[in-house]
Amino acid sequence: MSEILSGLLLGASFGFVLERAGFGNPNKLTGQFRLTDWSVFKVMFTAIVFAAVGLLIFEKLGLVDSGALFMPPAFLGAAALGGAFVGAGFAIGGYCPGTSVVGLMSGRIDAAIFLFGLLLGAVLFAGVYPSIEFLTSLGEYTKGDTLADAFHISSMSIDAGMVIAAIGVFILGSRMEMKSKGPVRSQV
Amino acid sequence: VTSNSKQRITPAPYMNPLVAGVLLGMVLLATFLVTGHGLGATGFTTRLTAWIGMHVAPVTTNANDYLGGMVEEGSPLNAWITWQVIGVALGALLSAFLAGRIYVQLDGRKYLGGSKRPWTALVGGVMVGFGARVAAGCTSGLRLSGAAVLSLAGFTFLATFFAVGLLASRLLREEE
Repeated sequence: MSEILSGLLLGASFGFVLERAGFGNPNKLTGQFRLTDWSVFKVMFTAIVFAAVGLLIFEKLGLVDSGALFMPPAFLGAAALGGAFVGAGFAIGGYCPGTSVVGLMSGRIDAAIFLFGLLLGAVLFAGVYPSIEFLTSLGEYTKGDTLADAFHISSMSIDAGMVIAAIGVFILGSRMEMKSKGPVRSQV
Repeated sequence: VTSNSKQRITPAPYMNPLVAGVLLGMVLLATFLVTGHGLGATGFTTRLTAWIGMHVAPVTTNANDYLGGMVEEGSPLNAWITWQVIGVALGALLSAFLAGRIYVQLDGRKYLGGSKRPWTALVGGVMVGFGARVAAGCTSGLRLSGAAVLSLAGFTFLATFFAVGLLASRLLREEE
């Protein structure tokens, strides 16, 4: 498949599903942090488990070489620090980068402002890069890049653990949603 | 399409999260099978920053240690992630249109700062834009795609992302 076509088609499917789930709505997205709307974790964990199990099956069938898949390097300090910034910015700004595109396409002006902020953040980062370059390779874990490497357990056991964790997210999340106002709906 | 004509349409309810999660998982799996990597977003905004810099402040951008490399190739936007993000925009537009959910508004005032909503959107965006460069990935690239390949970086990102997000959202008061 050509690069352009695969990018457009897979991206369009991604954007379509995000919008269907309500992930262009900043009230819904931040409901996860207020613990009143667990849709973000429900959707995300389901997707992660589906893709992880799917990749494992394709690998066992010999259809996928897991070594050829992109694996983020284990700069765990950088991932933790970046995650902290992104978590705070998401909770305050109402979006993550992908969902701000979805918010903008459904007419949200605040999503356009957030997107502009993303560019400013990248400019800020580039501006101070020489003095903070060390942050991007902070805390490297040298014994491997995956959970399986770090804990010496098979990918299959980790997948099984994630299925159980996902079920837990659905049970816990639904209970907390019932105790509060519940998930944010599309009708205002 | 004016916002007035849209107000009369009742927006369709959002999809069940389990169904949406399975569909998103299928898209993510298909992306890995076709391209060898997952889905992303900030790879594009960084390239867009380099592209804008190239046209607005070429000397500074070329000399910059971080953006200079991207500009050197000539066209920083010439990458798979650009097409993927254009796809995200088109797919989201189609979905929102079909569901009657296109409505021009400044959303999020209730939970995210009231009349200061433009500022929370801007400051949040800057923090995310900066943090995503430190971690070399964002919610899509590291949390979703990085977790699907069971990477330590993906799960580490997820842990601090949620912990700090929980704390930060406590700083905001709900407006009546």
